[in-house]
Amino acid sequence: MISLAGRDILHAWGKFVFTGIGLGLLIGATFTMAGVYRGMVDDAKVMLDNSGADLWVVQQDTLGPYAEPSSIYDDTYRSILGISGVARAANVTYLTMQVRQGERDVRVLVTGVTADGPGTPGWPPYLVAGRQITRSHYEAVADVATGFKLGDRLQIRRNQYTVVGLTRRMVSSSGDPMVFIPLKDAQEAQFLKDNDAIVRSRARTAQNPALNRPGVPGLLDSVITSQSSNPYVNAVLVQLEAGHVSEDVARSISRWKRLKVYDRAQMEHILVGKLIATSSRQIGMFMVILTIVSAAIVAFIIYTLTMGKIREIAVLKLIGTRNRTIAALIMQQAIALGLIGFVVGKITATLWGPFFPKHVLLEPLDAVIGLVAVVVICILSSIIAIRAALKVDPAEAIGG
Amino acid sequence: MVDKGIRIEGLKKRYGSGDTAVDALKGIDMQVAPGEVVGLVGPSGSGKSTLLKCLGAVIEPTAGRMILGDELIYDDGWKVTDLRALRRDRIGFVFQAPYLIPFLDVTDNVALLLMLAGRPNGEARSRAMELLEALDVGHRAKAMPSQLSGGEQQRVSIARGLVNRPPVILADEPTAPLDSERALAVIRILNDMARKYDTAIIVVTHDEKIIPTFKRIYHIRDGVTYEEAGEGRSFD
Ligand SMILES: Nc1ncnc2c1ncn2[C@@H]1O[C@H](COP(=O)(O)OP(=O)(O)OP(=O)(O)O)[C@@H](O)[C@H]1O
Ligand SMILES: [Mg+2]
Repeated sequence: MISLAGRDILHAWGKFVFTGIGLGLLIGATFTMAGVYRGMVDDAKVMLDNSGADLWVVQQDTLGPYAEPSSIYDDTYRSILGISGVARAANVTYLTMQVRQGERDVRVLVTGVTADGPGTPGWPPYLVAGRQITRSHYEAVADVATGFKLGDRLQIRRNQYTVVGLTRRMVSSSGDPMVFIPLKDAQEAQFLKDNDAIVRSRARTAQNPALNRPGVPGLLDSVITSQSSNPYVNAVLVQLEAGHVSEDVARSISRWKRLKVYDRAQMEHILVGKLIATSSRQIGMFMVILTIVSAAIVAFIIYTLTMGKIREIAVLKLIGTRNRTIAALIMQQAIALGLIGFVVGKITATLWGPFFPKHVLLEPLDAVIGLVAVVVICILSSIIAIRAALKVDPAEAIGG
Repeated sequence: MVDKGIRIEGLKKRYGSGDTAVDALKGIDMQVAPGEVVGLVGPSGSGKSTLLKCLGAVIEPTAGRMILGDELIYDDGWKVTDLRALRRDRIGFVFQAPYLIPFLDVTDNVALLLMLAGRPNGEARSRAMELLEALDVGHRAKAMPSQLSGGEQQRVSIARGLVNRPPVILADEPTAPLDSERALAVIRILNDMARKYDTAIIVVTHDEKIIPTFKRIYHIRDGVTYEEAGEGRSFD
């Protein structure tokens, strides 16, 4: 046998290659959208992995600390440590904000970690340069994605921090790179009032006769001290002792402490199912539109190519070519176009992926699904052209 | 009754129905022996193409009988089920315009029919080559149709019509685009082929240059045929 489709493609290869490249760019855009979604999910998982926690203890009735605000007292961790099955527990704060460095500012997730040393839940598990935080104030470890370098001076609220270490792939679930600072500083950054507010608050407290009693010296001072301290953190990260089931430990913590406890699977469900759910639906819509546009293009191109061959198809039918052979000719061309598009799309997505501001994760499995989808779409899109070709009257070849 | 070739009896074809019905063929009687080339001439609109289409199993006649070789293919209705296979295996077509497949080279244009019928490529191509040599276009075997002159294209399309050695060849104005020398060459080729492969050939034509070459001519007027002896002039 002879491949009519193959011969036609070789004969008109320019048309096929150019159309294929155009289609490929669209397919590349679709792959990238899928990659952005996978990247978000991956960012979320990496963040959970890197936190080193088995359990997240947060304020009751919240989906904290990533999806909803949560605040709990910063001494809660001590009593959690006493619960059986808990190996380590550490306070942590998270605050997304603009961090200033010289002239520019970068959107980051500022993470406050306790100064208990490496291995503490919340600490970055490894560094690509520099060292971990050793002092309890004004040192920072930043992700390379922030663009900060060792020794850079950052401004977070009113304080200056020196970058002493760099991490890689430490990002929030919305793709913002993380900056680690000591917990005390972070608490202050999160709950710190500006100077005017402090002055006003002091004045208000001083005017309150119940708190400013002439007969009780020192009372006003203690009240003001207590008001300006920040005994809150967003969550306590818990590591379990080997051999303990997270469900059991979680149950005892929530029972005794009136706190909400999430394990790794639940946390992932919150991040993927709730925090990035709207974004992923958005991406899904884009992918549907891109898919429809691609299908329309394939259908249109194949239809046009077929209509350009209508005389030849009439001749083929007249000399006895089976419908099956003619349908195969058109369908194979559609599939060939799709395959060119797929290859171009895969290459372009791989090439331009790293230039996207967010993590674009191109999964091999998605490529396989994409390939199948491309082939199926091309087959479906060729149906219009095939129907038109099969309707051609062989008498047309004889003419009047 | 000849037991080979083409035989048509009382063939009728009506296009449409009711007020707009056109009786294109009103009772055609015709007979072409194997190895014979007959002319079919008539004014425009007289039904020549309609007759070829009926005979080529491309449109369905309204009534009558058609016998191809020793098989009754139509008797007030088709007597064969697979018309496409009938066209592929038993009938060769040569058109006014060559209608070659632009993306196949000359050899494959000719060999295609055999390949579609399931013959091995090598065998199909060597048979095509044989015909191309006979038609004096063997040297263009690897060219694409767009690289051929009109006359060469026409000869390739004749080779395509002959390649499956059909017992019947239907040619619709095969010489229209050619000058008289080439037109006569085409007729000579058709005569050679008819003799060589015992093929019955009908040539529809308006072409004054070639009409004198037929030994027998059917005139068709208002859907009815009249047989006439031709001059049967030799071509040289
Ligand atoms: N598909 C059709 N529907 C209706 N009428 C048709 C159709 N095809 C042909 N006719 C009519 O049938 C008659 C014969 O047409 P046909 O094409 O067979 O003529 P012809 O002899 O081949 O003419 P020409 O020399 O111009 O090609 C004409 O009157 C034509 O108008
Ligand atoms: Mg005609």
